Amino acid sequence: MQELINIFIKSIFIDNMVFAFFLGMCSYLAVSKTVKTSLGLGIAVVFVLIITTPVNYLLNEYILGPGSMVWISDSFKDVDLSFLSFIMFIAVIASIVQLVEMIVEKYAPALYSSLGIFLPLIAVNCAILGGSLFMQEREYESMGQVFAFSLGSGIGWLLAIVAVAAIRERIKYSQIPAPLKGLGITFIITGIMGIAFMSFMGIKL
Amino acid sequence: MSEMFSKKNLKLLTNPLGDDNPITVQVLGVCSALAVTVKLEPAIVMGLSVTIVTAFANVIISALRNTIPSRIRIIVQLVVIAALVILVDQILKAYAYDVSKQLSVFVGLIITNCILMGRLEAFALGNKPWPSFLDGIGNGAGYGMILIIIAALREITGSGTLTLPGLGELRIIPLSFYDMGYANNGLMILPPMALITVGLIIWFQRSRSKHLQESN
Repeated sequence: MQELINIFIKSIFIDNMVFAFFLGMCSYLAVSKTVKTSLGLGIAVVFVLIITTPVNYLLNEYILGPGSMVWISDSFKDVDLSFLSFIMFIAVIASIVQLVEMIVEKYAPALYSSLGIFLPLIAVNCAILGGSLFMQEREYESMGQVFAFSLGSGIGWLLAIVAVAAIRERIKYSQIPAPLKGLGITFIITGIMGIAFMSFMGIKL
Repeated sequence: MSEMFSKKNLKLLTNPLGDDNPITVQVLGVCSALAVTVKLEPAIVMGLSVTIVTAFANVIISALRNTIPSRIRIIVQLVVIAALVILVDQILKAYAYDVSKQLSVFVGLIITNCILMGRLEAFALGNKPWPSFLDGIGNGAGYGMILIIIAALREITGSGTLTLPGLGELRIIPLSFYDMGYANNGLMILPPMALITVGLIIWFQRSRSKHLQESN
């Protein structure tokens, strides 16, 4: 249990998707104008991440990884399909996003209208594919670890986008040099927030 | 020949280098851009890979643009991109293993690089293959250019060297400087400085071309 909590905390603060790996920056920069919309997008990202990463973990564990198809028959033990993982992961993500969109539309219309256009956009959010690729690279051992990792990464991303949106709402009233307005200052704010987040890096969990 | 390189087509090639730059103006593809810029070599490799993938994905989608049903076009685009990225990844693993290790997951993340989807949606779906090819090369080059500027700045100030493919590490700041008390700026190697460097590049670019400035 402690190990799961460690992975969870680590993926929120130390290996934060935005500040340590710059994943999902495109939607992070485009949607962070107000706190309300960024909260919506953040929740959608958490939601999709905790579904797709475990599914891709199963795929990696039982079909794609080297020797993972032994469960079918012993003759498959030399088969290594890991070169197909990009295309499989992205196909899984795109179809799950589509599926989630349909389910949410049917059973939770209120949530659907508040998530709005963000759901389909998530298919091409690098944080989602990044989650699956990091899962593969770091070789997590159990489903619980993968789940803790994906939940933590999602919450870390949510935290980052809500924090920067709140700062951007305030900074509208400040005197910024004209060429820095909008995009430029957002980059610099993110950099400074990143430096702040680096203070977590010394922590060994 | 003259028609293939008409003024309009050349504009497709040169615009993304300046006023229509994918990173600093269109804000596409920032995700993978920043993490690979600690050293110059991975940045060059990344820029080249993205240019190749963008150009060929643009050509393929543009050639298929009248046959793809618009409802499933995103999945079709992703499959084309993913297939190209797998090719690039396998080639890198075979011929430039060290660089491919340094780039780690970021080669795979080219798939979700917004430049690709952005250019496919905005350009390739409505234009003929040849202009789409030029557009892809132009945008890839614009992306690579920013990557190389950031990487060169970060490597010179952070480590005092420049790593070029094939040449290895070149020392830019002479060792005698260190004896006189010069020290590398360790902050530049850390990830957040990439963001601040982009911010400064945007500042520089927008103070020169005023029409790009935002109102708030």
